[in-house]
Amino acid sequence: MVEDETLAARAGWAVRSWWLIAAMWARSMLTYRASFVLSLAANVLITFLDFAVLILMFRHTRQLAGWTLPETGFLYGTSSVALGTANFLVGSVGALGERVRSGALDTMLIRPAPALSQLAAERFSLRRLGRLVQAFAVLGWSLAALDVRWTWDRVLMVPALLLCGSVIFCAVFVGCSCVQFWWGDAAELQNSVTYGGSTLLQYPPTVFAKEVVAGTVFGVPLAFVNWLPALHILGRPDPLGLPVAFRFASPLAAALCMLAAAVAWRAGLRAYRSTGS
Amino acid sequence: MAVIEVEDVRRSFTVRTGNGRWRREKREVRAVDGLTFQVEEGECVGYIGPNGAGKSTTVKMLTGILVPSGGRLRVAGVDPAARRAALARRIGVVFGQRTTLWWDLPLRDSYELARRIYRIPDARYRANLDRCVELLDLGALLDTPVRQLSLGQRMRGDLAAALLHDPSVLYLDEPTIGLDVISRTKVREFLRETNRDRRTTVLLTTHDLTDIEQLCGRVMVIDHGRLVLDGPLEQLHAAGESERTLVVDLAAAHPPIELPGVRTVKVEGPRQWLAFPARQSAAPLVAAVAERYPLVDLSVREPAIEDVIARIYAGAAEPAR
Repeated sequence: MVEDETLAARAGWAVRSWWLIAAMWARSMLTYRASFVLSLAANVLITFLDFAVLILMFRHTRQLAGWTLPETGFLYGTSSVALGTANFLVGSVGALGERVRSGALDTMLIRPAPALSQLAAERFSLRRLGRLVQAFAVLGWSLAALDVRWTWDRVLMVPALLLCGSVIFCAVFVGCSCVQFWWGDAAELQNSVTYGGSTLLQYPPTVFAKEVVAGTVFGVPLAFVNWLPALHILGRPDPLGLPVAFRFASPLAAALCMLAAAVAWRAGLRAYRSTGS
Repeated sequence: MAVIEVEDVRRSFTVRTGNGRWRREKREVRAVDGLTFQVEEGECVGYIGPNGAGKSTTVKMLTGILVPSGGRLRVAGVDPAARRAALARRIGVVFGQRTTLWWDLPLRDSYELARRIYRIPDARYRANLDRCVELLDLGALLDTPVRQLSLGQRMRGDLAAALLHDPSVLYLDEPTIGLDVISRTKVREFLRETNRDRRTTVLLTTHDLTDIEQLCGRVMVIDHGRLVLDGPLEQLHAAGESERTLVVDLAAAHPPIELPGVRTVKVEGPRQWLAFPARQSAAPLVAAVAERYPLVDLSVREPAIEDVIARIYAGAAEPAR
C-alpha cells in the first residue's frame, strides 16, 4: 500500500504518476500532428516577438533604469526559464476550478495516484516547450553577451537560480490555484501572479517603485526567483539596500514556498472533501 | 462477511442563499441523514432514489472522496475517507455518463495505463484483460481510438477498465444509460457473470428498473437522505402499491372522469390521465370509460421508478429505518 511507504517512495510515486499521465496526454496531442506542429511554431514565434519588443526599446536607449540590454536579457531569460519550467510541469493546476465543476477531480480522487500529480499532468502538452526554447535561447545569448567576471560562485549560482526560481513558480502555481477550491472561478488570480509576476521579473527592479519591489521580497517572494540572486551575479547594488544575505536566500525562499503550497493544497483538498463543491 | 458497512452515516452541506450583496443566509442541508445498511460480499444491490435524494453523496462517501459529517463507514474493512488511496486499489467505479478512457488513444493504451497506475502484476493483468475482451467482445476494438467507438462499445470498454485490478467492490452509476438494446443486454450479462464468478460486490444506481430486475437481488431506496426501503425487488412493488396510468383521449374536453377505484390525475383539454392499481386489469376500466364517454384513443403506462418511490414515500408515515 502506497501510503505506508517512506516519504521518498511516495515522492517517487508522485513523479512517476505525473510522468505516466503526462505521457498519455502528450501522445494524445501528437495524434493531431499538423495541429501540434502549427501551435508549437506559433508559440515559439509569439514568444520571440515578445523579446523583440525589448530589443526595440534598447535601440532608443543604451540603458533601462541603469541596466544594459544583456543584463535585462539575463533577467528576461531567467524569469522565462523559471516560469516556463513551472508551466511545463504543473501549469495545468490552474484549471482546478474547471476540473471541480466537470467532476474530473472526483475521478482523480478515486485513482490510486496522488491527485496533485494527476491534476498537474492533465491536458499536458509538449507545446509548452515553445516558451522554454525561447527562454533558453535568450538566456544563452545574454550569458555570452554579459560583461561579467565569471568567478566560480557566480557560475554556480546560475543553475541554482534556475532551479530555485522554477520551484518558486511551481509553488505559486499550486498555491494560488488552491484558492479555486473556495472560489471556483478565481483562475485569474493564479494567472496574474504567475504570468504577471514573470513579466515583472523580466525588467530591472529599478524600473519599478520601491514598494512594488518590497512586495516581491516580503509578500509573494518572486524577487528570489531572479532579481535578488542576479544582483550578486551581475555585481549590482540592491535598490532596497537589503542585507547581502538576501541575494543567497533563494533556496530558503523556495523551501518556504513549497511548504506554503503544500499546506494550501492540503487545506483546499480537505475543504473540498468536506463540502463536495 | 460484510464488504460495505454503513452505520448512522450523515452528511450535511451548508448552503448559502444570497439575497443581498453582503447579507447571506446560511442554511444546512442534510444530503444523507442517518443512513444504515450492510452489503455482504458477492451481493448485487440496486441503489435507487429520485435526483437529489443522496445517492451520489453516498457513493462519494463510500469511495472516500467525501468525508462524512457523522457515523461510521467501512468498505473492504477500511475507513474510505482516511485511507482513500489504499481503497482505490480495491474498488472499481464506472460513471455511465463520463468515460475514464483516453479519447484520442487506442483502447488498449487506457488499459496499459491502468496496469501501471494500479500496479497490476503482469500475469493477472493479462488474464483479466483476456477475460474482459472475450466476454465484452472487445477484441476488434483494442486498437481503435476511443473517440471512434460507439456509446455501447465505449461503455463496455469502461467496464473492462474498472475491473482489470480485480476490485472487490464495483460502483456503477447508470451503466446502461443511452445504450441500445443489444449493448444493454451484453452489459447486464457481463455484470451478472462478474458478480457470480468473481464474487465482486456490485452497487448499482440506475433509473432503469429493468437493470435492477435482471441483476439485483436486493433494492435500497433512498429519499431525502434516508433509506425508505431495503429488501427484495418484489417488496418494492408491494410497498409502493404501484399504479399504472390509463391515458384517454376523448372527442372533446370533458370534466374529470369519475369512476370507482380510479383517480383522475390530470386533465388537459380532451386528454385525461387515470391512475389505477398496477395489479388490476386495464380491460374493465377501458370498457367502463368507453361506455360512458366519447373515447377516441388510449394508452397504458407502466409505473416509472420515480412514481413508485414517490408512492412509498407518500405512504410511509414514518420513513423506514
